[in-house]
Amino acid sequence: MVSTAGENTRLRVLEALDSVYDPEIQTVSIRDLGIVRAVDVCDEGGNIQVQVMITPTYSGCPAMRVIEQDIHEALGRAGIDQVAVEQVLYPPWTTDWITDRGRRHLLASGIAPPACRACEAGPMESGISCPRCGSDQTRVLSGFGATACKALWRCDSCLEPFDYFKPH
Amino acid sequence: MTKKIDTDSSRFELLTRLGDNVLIMGHRLSEWSGDAPTLEEDMALSNIALDLIGQARLWLTAAVMEEGAGRTEDDLAYQRDVRDWHNLHLVELPNGDFGRTMLRQYFFDAYHLLLLEGLSKGCDREISGIAAKSLKEVRYHLRHSSGWVVRLGDGTQESHNRMVNALEICTPCVPELFEVDEVYRSLEARDLVPAMNDLQAQWERQVHAVLSEATLSMPEITNPMSGGRVGLHSEHLGYLLAEMQFLQRAYPGATW
Repeated sequence: MVSTAGENTRLRVLEALDSVYDPEIQTVSIRDLGIVRAVDVCDEGGNIQVQVMITPTYSGCPAMRVIEQDIHEALGRAGIDQVAVEQVLYPPWTTDWITDRGRRHLLASGIAPPACRACEAGPMESGISCPRCGSDQTRVLSGFGATACKALWRCDSCLEPFDYFKPH
Repeated sequence: MTKKIDTDSSRFELLTRLGDNVLIMGHRLSEWSGDAPTLEEDMALSNIALDLIGQARLWLTAAVMEEGAGRTEDDLAYQRDVRDWHNLHLVELPNGDFGRTMLRQYFFDAYHLLLLEGLSKGCDREISGIAAKSLKEVRYHLRHSSGWVVRLGDGTQESHNRMVNALEICTPCVPELFEVDEVYRSLEARDLVPAMNDLQAQWERQVHAVLSEATLSMPEITNPMSGGRVGLHSEHLGYLLAEMQFLQRAYPGATW
């Protein structure tokens, strides 16, 4: 990614993007989820142009259009109006791109983050820690959960069901 | 309809076939939304449907770009009549009971995964990119459907009988999966698609293993279906399209 912008402008753009959250997981930013693949900032004498490349988590993810709008709005609030958002498919999104902060935020919202790297994911994993009580006495209820990226699990210690972010 | 001058008609055909298969399969599965045997299955089938419909959008968008005639992916989905659809007979089979849906899904997922693996290694970057993206999703689909085939086949007498019945209905659609026509042969020659012979051998080996575990076996195929890729379909597809296309046909261009 080539940038001719001053470092301050770039930081302003990234900060604005940090305020864009996944519409379906409202506590994790799209940067922390690895949805933002590249940011190109061009600042020529205060005339700022930004290009943001995003990638869908799953092919049918209904959130992509909302995310695109939210990016325009967030950068607009930061005073940047010349924004192009483009979708890229390759390389395909993977949960390995979720940042450590993203994982902490997932956990804090009651979603167990992926327990392994995507390439190591075998048939349904075991021993996923409950995001509420930390117990390892958990079991899978369904390989498919409330959104495409999650599975439904249950804790046998605190008896609460919880979402598990599937390694992908 | 004016196409762009250098439209690659074989590539357009491939993209349309790939998109049509997943769109019709996705629509069929979506018929279970709100109606599946359990809440977990309702979510699973709806999630799989969503993945497939998302993949259909990627393939059909690539198809209209290749065609370059100003159509959109929605035009392909909502404005084509039954003879212009190039999907396999398997994906248009009605859902039947849950067991039949799962067997149909398993046959398709096993085929779909092998096909996508081959496509993801092909030399066309757009096609291999969409295939690589879809492949990750389809691994979950296959895990789900193969699990149910074993559970139901090797379940109660009732569930076993239903799977035997499902096999009678689904297997006539199997030979068509591996049919090769002029279009496919030309794509094979260009290294865009996997060799169908290899794909078939792998499919048969894998399906045989899963069916054995499920205490089931493939019945003899006496009345194979054929021709879906060139627009010859069962009567079921027309009814499906009537429902899927109704709104855009009644109110062309409607959005919400």
